[in-house]
Amino acid sequence: MLKTFTLGGVHPPENKLSAKEIIKELDIPENVTVPLAMHLGVPAKPVVEKGYPVKTGQLIAKGDGFVSANIHSPVSGKVLKIDKALDVSGYKKDAIFINTEGDEWIETIDRSAEIIKDFNLSPEEIVNKINDAGIVGLGGATFPSHVKLSVPRGKKAEYLLINGVECEPYLTSDHAVMLERSEELMVGISILKKALKVNKAFIGIEVNKPDAIEKLSNIAQEFKGISVQPLEVKYPQGGEKQLIKAVLSREVPSGGLPIDVGVVVFNVGTSLAVYEAIQKNKPLFERVVTVTGKSLQKPSNFKVRIGTPLIKLIEAAGGLPEDTGKIINGGPMMGKALSSAEVPVIKGSSGILILKREESARKEVGPCIRCTMCVKVCPMGLEPYLLMTMSEKALYESLEKEKIMDCIECGSCSYICPANRPMLDYIRLGKNQVGKIIRERKK
Amino acid sequence: MDSVILDTVLTLSGLGAGAAIILFFVAQKFKVVEDPRIDEVEEALPAANCGGCGFAGCRNFAEACVKAKDFEGLYCPVGGNETMAEVAKILGRDAVEQDPRVAVLRCNGGCESRPKTNIYNGAATCKIASALYGGDTDCQYGCLGFGDCVEVCDFDALKMDPLTGLPVVNDSNCTACGACVKECPKDLFELRKRAKKDRKIYVACRNEDKGGIAKKSCSVACIGCNKCYNVCPHDAITMNNYLAFIDADKCKLCRKCVPECPTNSILEIGFPPRKDRSAETDNDKNEVTSGEKEININNNKEV
Repeated sequence: MLKTFTLGGVHPPENKLSAKEIIKELDIPENVTVPLAMHLGVPAKPVVEKGYPVKTGQLIAKGDGFVSANIHSPVSGKVLKIDKALDVSGYKKDAIFINTEGDEWIETIDRSAEIIKDFNLSPEEIVNKINDAGIVGLGGATFPSHVKLSVPRGKKAEYLLINGVECEPYLTSDHAVMLERSEELMVGISILKKALKVNKAFIGIEVNKPDAIEKLSNIAQEFKGISVQPLEVKYPQGGEKQLIKAVLSREVPSGGLPIDVGVVVFNVGTSLAVYEAIQKNKPLFERVVTVTGKSLQKPSNFKVRIGTPLIKLIEAAGGLPEDTGKIINGGPMMGKALSSAEVPVIKGSSGILILKREESARKEVGPCIRCTMCVKVCPMGLEPYLLMTMSEKALYESLEKEKIMDCIECGSCSYICPANRPMLDYIRLGKNQVGKIIRERKK
Repeated sequence: MDSVILDTVLTLSGLGAGAAIILFFVAQKFKVVEDPRIDEVEEALPAANCGGCGFAGCRNFAEACVKAKDFEGLYCPVGGNETMAEVAKILGRDAVEQDPRVAVLRCNGGCESRPKTNIYNGAATCKIASALYGGDTDCQYGCLGFGDCVEVCDFDALKMDPLTGLPVVNDSNCTACGACVKECPKDLFELRKRAKKDRKIYVACRNEDKGGIAKKSCSVACIGCNKCYNVCPHDAITMNNYLAFIDADKCKLCRKCVPECPTNSILEIGFPPRKDRSAETDNDKNEVTSGEKEININNNKEV
């Protein structure tokens, strides 16, 4: 029997339209907009000014504090201005605008295609280098990687889990990375293993990607302590708590972190970025993004520079179809609709999904009939219908008791609800409010 | 037969009497002595239970009043000075007075002046929409128009204007309880000092973008041009982040700033119409608005 997580889960149609597409490099855009807040934590502080010449890979904003990340210029050219720009959050926030001139990289980056397998840095040096390179979790949560690698005192990492699940329908960027950059990925995982001082790493992959499982299993034989774990297809297996449960049968306690059960989870994209940072001195300024949708001419996987306007990617995939209802940043389950296609690609952009009008329209909302479908599918064992009602009625203390903060916002409840109730919308609202209350209490 | 009825009556009466005696002693033992003034104070309060004072309800507020030594931090905005004077009389203290206040909406971006740039079809509450993104217009500071404030108002003082899509405050009903101030996720309501005849002058905008961007997203946005600031003889206007703010405590309602504003973002309400010059300005204003009508929604992606 294949391994999977035990509680809840749904099976949305996979729709992996771009699964067979090789990663294409997108032309460098004339202008890039690099938001200063594209990671979880404190926004970075710019170290360049208007008119400053920059090279590709040069540091342009420094992480402000421990939970923050450096930002490097994705192009070479001149800083046009530092001003507010609309980003994927739907709000205008500070960003660095750069006018592209040529593509001159900083000298330290090794641009050769050669794969370097040997590394002899100490764990501390690795973490420092990852911190310098501004690497954050590329699965979408954009949590600064050096924070995850700095295991708090009194805790010990036993296993490294690599997340190659990509359970979101439509998205294929991680799949493409696993197929095309397998060896670099493995070196990246070895580096992460050393940084965490663990002996064993598992790569969790769902069986809907048999080619990736086969290829990585073969290569894994050359690397000590790395093995591939095939998993049953079920959403949201890519959630780190679900992945830990599926692969290791360990349960992260309520309110806890994976490290509490001796596990650290990284996405495959992040592992590749770690390889590039350590072996090639290349900071994080480009990533693989899936551009997909049933109405799109050429669903593709692109390697793009951070800061590229999304519309450029859509144009390269055949242009924006006429009957577009929504443009979604991310996948259909957890992604968020955008109010403009001009917003830039950020470190956490794993995909852009174009939905047709009839696909995207919200259906009529009915009353809750207490069918408990949402309770059955909730992967965290919560009662979404209850959380929604309490949120509507602003019963924040009860919400906290009902463990609303454990919600991973996977959207399974909204997906399954036969009455089309906007459960996750209200649960998010409740989470925001309860989070505020908790933060205030701590002060 | 008779004895059965007699027995029943006697037994039940006996039980009743016994229970009464026990209850009498229990009541003596567990008696809660409550200050009778709490009831009196509660009686004097408006019984709206709106929470405008910061307490859970009128009873809660009454308890706090009786317990406290003075009225610091205790004020019933609904009852106002009269009620507070009455409460003070009951408690034998000096009354505190506050200027009566009224809520104003610091956004005037109606449908015509602030064109929609995308369509929102999520849950229709301001709180959820604002958690998702800046809003369905280019102004991320302005009113979202789902009426969370109307819902929360206990005094029927707010209603949505279907023409502008903005809530309207009914001054005579508004008690300045502050429920709308707390509810609005865009922080658009402000409690301002009431002036004679409910006259007021305020900047109906919260847009902190630079002038050009603000003007592009809304034709009646404050563009931070400093004109009102320069003309104000009473130092009532402060400029912050390209946004003017008129301090109601300092403003003498001289109306000098109003015609200076190039975008008509300063509203004057409750004044008699101006002579000659004001007529011109009004005409200008009308022309501008009718011109803006032509703007089409060019970008109708849904959110």
